[in-house]
Amino acid sequence: MRAALTHRSFMLGAVLALALLLAAGLSLVWTPYPPHAIDVPNRFQPPSAAHWLGTDSLGRDIATLLLVGAQNSILVGVVAVGMGLVLGVGLGLLASARRGWAEEFVMRLSDFTFAFPALLTAIMLTAVYGPGLFTSIIAIGIFNIPVFARLTRAAANAVWARDFILAARACGKGAVRITLEHVLPNIASVIIVQATIQFATAILAEAALSYLGLGTQPPQPSWGRMLNEAQTQMFQAPQLALYPGVAIALSVLGLNLLGDGLRDLLDPRLARQR
Amino acid sequence: MSTSLLEVRDLRVTLNTSRGPADALRGLSFALDRGETLGVVGESGCGKSMLALTLMGLLPEGARVSGSLRFEGRELLAQDEAAWCRLRGDRIAMVFQEPMTALNPLHTIGRQVAEPLRLHRGLDAVAARAEALRLLEQVRLPQAARRLDAHPHQLSGGQRQRVVIAMALACQPDLLIADEPTTALDVTLQREILQLIADLVADRHMALMLISHDLAVIARNVRRVMVMYGGLGVEQGPAGEVLHRPMHPYTRGLLAARPRLGAARGERLQTIPGRVPELVDLPTGCPFADRCAHREAVCEAPPSMRPVAEGHEVACLRWETLGPKG
Repeated sequence: MRAALTHRSFMLGAVLALALLLAAGLSLVWTPYPPHAIDVPNRFQPPSAAHWLGTDSLGRDIATLLLVGAQNSILVGVVAVGMGLVLGVGLGLLASARRGWAEEFVMRLSDFTFAFPALLTAIMLTAVYGPGLFTSIIAIGIFNIPVFARLTRAAANAVWARDFILAARACGKGAVRITLEHVLPNIASVIIVQATIQFATAILAEAALSYLGLGTQPPQPSWGRMLNEAQTQMFQAPQLALYPGVAIALSVLGLNLLGDGLRDLLDPRLARQR
Repeated sequence: MSTSLLEVRDLRVTLNTSRGPADALRGLSFALDRGETLGVVGESGCGKSMLALTLMGLLPEGARVSGSLRFEGRELLAQDEAAWCRLRGDRIAMVFQEPMTALNPLHTIGRQVAEPLRLHRGLDAVAARAEALRLLEQVRLPQAARRLDAHPHQLSGGQRQRVVIAMALACQPDLLIADEPTTALDVTLQREILQLIADLVADRHMALMLISHDLAVIARNVRRVMVMYGGLGVEQGPAGEVLHRPMHPYTRGLLAARPRLGAARGERLQTIPGRVPELVDLPTGCPFADRCAHREAVCEAPPSMRPVAEGHEVACLRWETLGPKG
């Protein structure tokens, strides 16, 4: 615990990630203005006491939009990464434990899924189910599955080849027990680091999809859509692009630092070296 | 005649290698009973470790096994993986060569020693922990109570090997297989660890199969010896017999190749000419023929085990003509 508090990148990452969570949580109960309140006469306001970060082209309060947009980002990250974790890690562990045709099948399926860029999947899903937050989350989630499946299989294969697995088998443990008790904990740090990176990627991807109009639909606030709208007013009000950009960058940075810190802290071998 | 604890008949193992199928074991037969200690000696690549893995049912994927492997009269080769899992760690246990890597770096010592107990004996966490402590004290791990919550990296090599031994002995197995248990340890520790294994085996009336390439280790710690070459047992018998009156030219070569203290200065260490053949290239007849000084036309035929004396067998067609000291 003390190691966690003195680990600089972990603490910085944790603070940033916590700020993201708090922003989303706060927006559920309180925002400076109602998120959909349009106030056209007061558009393009500079930061002031009334509007901390100013207003956008429709006079909406930017601070409010950023707070509510955080909900969106967290929802996308949690669901899309969750999908990738559950299905991808599960398939990767299965491939590694069973080998043979199961491994072939999972890996070729991964290759097949990987061959479709997330954007293409999103466009395809949008064509079928219509644009929206849910469609974009599913598209990003599908993209995450092979990422985790490949990583898990590669890391798990390396663990399966180690002596203590043979020793565990010599103790009479079956493949399921070994996978859960020996393989998974030994690759957890790799998966956690990847999960935080994928969380950040998911936030970026959702921003990209919303920017293209495939993701979150108006009037639901989203950082990606804010960027999209800001782009058209780049010369009138460049600060409009700055706020969601900084929000995305800080979230991504925070999650990556958190992942790095967790990797160091979760591994007793690395902990010893510190 | 009552059945032995372990009875191996004509055991053959074929592995898939990049150069095609290779026979790792080519018809090995022996028996082992409770209270008996068998040493298996041979150079690297003679099939010693493969024998250990076969007895544990832990062969690499794609390996084919034939022959018979009976444990308390029950045929093991036919049983499924679930049956193997019930047997492994409970009735048959193994101590590995490399104590530095045989323990999971993420789990505590106490948990790892307690695991076989929880798995096979169904003990709860508290009872298993108490038993683990007792086991660690039995293997004379210093400060055992404090070490229960230690991680493997906090222990030295010798201490870890004691932990590995404690794990293997947790469920009071009938057969303990020790695959070069001291190779990775300091010479000063070797004797202590081997003595520990010998004491524990004797106390519990277990059967021990000690695998080593070190004749000195074998000579001191087991009663019976099997010399392996090219996936075959070439000579077996009581340790004293085999080491003092070796019959097979290979056994003689091994004994002559031992470094001796007090050898005259400048005297060269004897070696066996040639090298261990690759498993893929083994000759059809006597596997040692290509390196043997006494080779004759008759050696083209595969040799079978012939009795030399009470309990002493050799797989050499020419042992009689070679005489007791060839």
